[in-house]
Amino acid sequence: MQKKDLGLLVLILAVGAVVAIINPRFLSPINLANTANLVGLFGIFAIGQGFVIITGGIELSVGSVIALLGVLFIDLIVTHAMPWPFAFLLMLAGGVLIGLAHGLLVTRMNMQPFIVTLCGLLIYRGVARFYTADATAGFGFGVSFPTLEWLATGRSFGVPHSFLAMLAITAVMWVVLHRSVYGRHLYAVGKNEEAARYSGVPTGRVIVTAYVICGVLTAIAAIFFAMYTRSISPASHGGFYELYAIAAAVLGGFSLRGGEGSIIGVVLGAVLLQVLQNLVNLLGIPSSLNFAVMGSVILIGVLVDQQFGEYRRRRAAQQRQ
Amino acid sequence: MTEPFLELLNIGKRYPGVVALDDVSLSVAPGEVIGLVGENGAGKSTLMKVLGGVAQPSAGTIRVDGTDRAAMTVAEAIAAGIAFVHQELNLFENLDAAANVFIGREPLKAGPLRLVDRARLAAAAAPLFERLGADFAPATPVASLSIAQRQLVEIAKALSLDSRLVIMDEPTSSLTLTETDRLLAVIGDLRAAGVSIIFISHRLNEVTACSDQVMVLRDGRKVAELAKAEISPEAMVRHMIGRDLKSVYRPPQAAPGAPILEIRGARTPAHPDPGVDIAVRRGEILGLAGLIGAGRTELARAVFGIEPLTAGVVRLDGRDLAIRSPCDAIAQGLYLVPEDRKGSGVVLDLAIAQNISLPRLADLAHRGLVDRAAETALAEDQAERLRIRAPGVNVPVGSLSGGNQQKVVLAKWLSMSPKAIIFDEPTRGIDVGAKREIYDMLRALADSGVAILMISSDMEEVIGVSDRIAVMHEGRISGTLARPDFSEAAVLRLAVGHLQ
Repeated sequence: MQKKDLGLLVLILAVGAVVAIINPRFLSPINLANTANLVGLFGIFAIGQGFVIITGGIELSVGSVIALLGVLFIDLIVTHAMPWPFAFLLMLAGGVLIGLAHGLLVTRMNMQPFIVTLCGLLIYRGVARFYTADATAGFGFGVSFPTLEWLATGRSFGVPHSFLAMLAITAVMWVVLHRSVYGRHLYAVGKNEEAARYSGVPTGRVIVTAYVICGVLTAIAAIFFAMYTRSISPASHGGFYELYAIAAAVLGGFSLRGGEGSIIGVVLGAVLLQVLQNLVNLLGIPSSLNFAVMGSVILIGVLVDQQFGEYRRRRAAQQRQ
Repeated sequence: MTEPFLELLNIGKRYPGVVALDDVSLSVAPGEVIGLVGENGAGKSTLMKVLGGVAQPSAGTIRVDGTDRAAMTVAEAIAAGIAFVHQELNLFENLDAAANVFIGREPLKAGPLRLVDRARLAAAAAPLFERLGADFAPATPVASLSIAQRQLVEIAKALSLDSRLVIMDEPTSSLTLTETDRLLAVIGDLRAAGVSIIFISHRLNEVTACSDQVMVLRDGRKVAELAKAEISPEAMVRHMIGRDLKSVYRPPQAAPGAPILEIRGARTPAHPDPGVDIAVRRGEILGLAGLIGAGRTELARAVFGIEPLTAGVVRLDGRDLAIRSPCDAIAQGLYLVPEDRKGSGVVLDLAIAQNISLPRLADLAHRGLVDRAAETALAEDQAERLRIRAPGVNVPVGSLSGGNQQKVVLAKWLSMSPKAIIFDEPTRGIDVGAKREIYDMLRALADSGVAILMISSDMEEVIGVSDRIAVMHEGRISGTLARPDFSEAAVLRLAVGHLQ
C-alpha cells in the first residue's frame, strides 16, 4: 500500500470515528451494510474510470451508460422474457462496444476524450429516454427473478453482494494494474506517451483497452443499480455518477494529467465519498448541502495533498544540496 | 561609412562547464547587412541571445548610441531598436497578420472598456505591409499564410517598432527559391532605408549575395571578419573549420561485412523530393552528418516507424521490412535512440528497471504478469555492464544525470538482440567523461556485429567515431566519405550542398 493510500485510509477512519462518536448509529449493522452496498455500486465503475484517467483521458458518459444499459436490461428480461444470464452478457457486450467506440475515436480520430465522452453522455441519455418513451422501466407487480435478485441485492454473512463483487473486481483489477504487462504499459503511456511509443508499446491499443475496461465495469455496475433501484426513470437514473467516479479517483491520488493512481486509492476514494454522504444524513446536516460537503472535502483534500507533496519535494531538494 | 549605433565589445559568455562566447566584438552601422556564419554550436545563438537581452554576458560591454552597459534586458534591447525574425516564427496563428504586428500594443478606443480600435489598427498595418510588397491582406489569418508570408509579418512587426537592427536566424531555410529571392529583395530595401540586418545562415551563397560584411564564429570565438570584397563561400568554409580535433577514433576489430541496414529511396513528408539511399554494413559505424534541418531526424523517425515513410524501402539483413509502428521495427531488431532523450527516450517518472524492461516486458512475464525478480535482475545486470551510476535500479530515471539517462536508453536496447541501431545525437548534453564511455559502447556494439547509424551534428564526434560518413543536405545524401578522406572541410562542403 502506498503512503498516499495509507493517508486516505487514516482520513476515512478519523471521519468515521468522529461520526460514530456523535451518532453511534453509524456503526449499526444496518447502516454499515447500506453504506457497503453503496460503496460496492459506486466503487465498481469508479475503478473503470481510474483506468481511463491513468491514460490522461476522462469518461463522462458513465451515468448515461448506467441509465441506458439498465433500461435495456430490465426491458429485455421483463418485457421480452429473455433469460437474464443472456441479457447480462448482452449488456457486457454493450459496455465493450461503447468503450471500443470511445477509445477508437480518441486514438484513431485524435479527438479529445472530454468531447467524445461528453457527446456519449448526451447521446446515451437521449437514447435511453427515447427507448422507454420517457416512462419508468421497472418490474411489474408479481414479476420476480429470485436467483438474479439474490445475486445482485442479496447478502452473504450480512455483507451485500454488490460489495463482495466490488472486492472481487478490486482484486482482479489490482493484479491487472499493478502486476501485469498491460498495467505497466498503461502507466508508461500515461506518464509519457511519446517515450512509450519509442519503446515499442502499442500505445493506441493500450488506451482503447482502458476505455473498454471502463465500459465493461460500468455495464456490471449498471445491472447492480438496476436491480437495486428496481425502477429506472431514464431521465434521472445515474445522473452525475461520472462525477462521483472522477471524484473518487481524484481523492484516491489520481492525476487528471495521467500516469498516476492506484486501485486501492480509487476504492478508498469511493469509500470516503459514501462515508461523507452518510455523515450528512446521520449528523442532521440538511441533505441539500450534500454536494457542497463533498465538494469542500475533495477541494481541501487535494489542496492539502499537493501542498504536502510540494513541501516534501522542497525538503528533499534541500537535503540533496 | 556611417558611425555604428550598436557595438559589442569583447563579449564573453560562460555556462557551467562551457565557454559559449569568448572575446567577441561586433559593430553595426545603419544600413549594414552583416552575415553571421559558423558551424552548429559555434556560438551564433548565444551571441543573438545577448543581443536580444535574453542572455546576460559574463564579460564585455554593450554600447548602444555611445552609452556603455554590461548587459541588456529584453525591454532595453527592444528600446535600442533590436528586433528578431526567428527561425521558429513566434506568431499567434489564431490572429490575423495585422493583429500580430501590433500584439500587446493595440490602439485602443476612448473609454473605460479598453476596446481595440480595429480601424486604426488596420490603418497602421496597411502601409507596413505595402512597404514590404506583401501579397496578402493584413486581415488574413496567420494560420493560412505560408512560411515566407509569416516572415513578412515578423518583419512588419520589426518595422512597426521602428527597429534599427533586424536579426534574421536562418530565414531562408524553409523558403522556395522564388521566396528566397523576394526576401533578399526585401533585405535590400530595408538596407536602403537605413535598417541594419544580421543575417544568420548556413546557405553560404545567400550570405555572399546579401552581406556587406561577414563574421565567422568558431567554438565561441570570432575567427574572421570578411569585408565585402573577401566574401565567398570558400573563404567562409575555410574559416569555419580548422579546429584541432582530438582523435578519439578506435578502429573496428574486423573489416565491415555485408550491408545490414539498407534504406532505399526513402522520402519523408518534410523532404518529399529527392529520396535517401544509405547502406550500413555489419560491424560498421556510419556517421550521418549534416546541418540542422537537413532531414536526418525525420529520416530516423520514419525508418523506425514513428511517422511512416511516404516512399522507399527499408531492408534489414536482406529482408524488406514493413514498418508501420515502432513495434514492427523493434520486433525485427531495428532500434532507435532518439534525439529528445527526456521527451522520447525515457519515461522520467518510471524507475530505471521499468524503463529498461519496457520494450521487452512480454519476455519477462508469465501469463501476462511481470516477473519482477527477473526484471530487477535484468536491470541490475545492465546497470553494471553499462556502469550506470545510480543508488539502485528502483530510482526514477529523472533523478539521474544526462549521461546516465542516456545509458538507460542504451541498456533498454542492448538487453535485446539488436541487428541495427540508429543513434540520433547520442551525446547531446552529456559531459565529456560519459561521452567517452558512450563512444566505447558504440564501438563494442559494432564489433559485436551490429550495424550502427549515428546521426550527429557534432563535427568532432562525427569525425572521431565514424568508420564512414554520409552527409545529408536538404533531404538527400550529398556525398559519402571514407575514413582517409575525412576532414571538417570535406564534411562541411557536402553539408552546405556542394555535391561530390
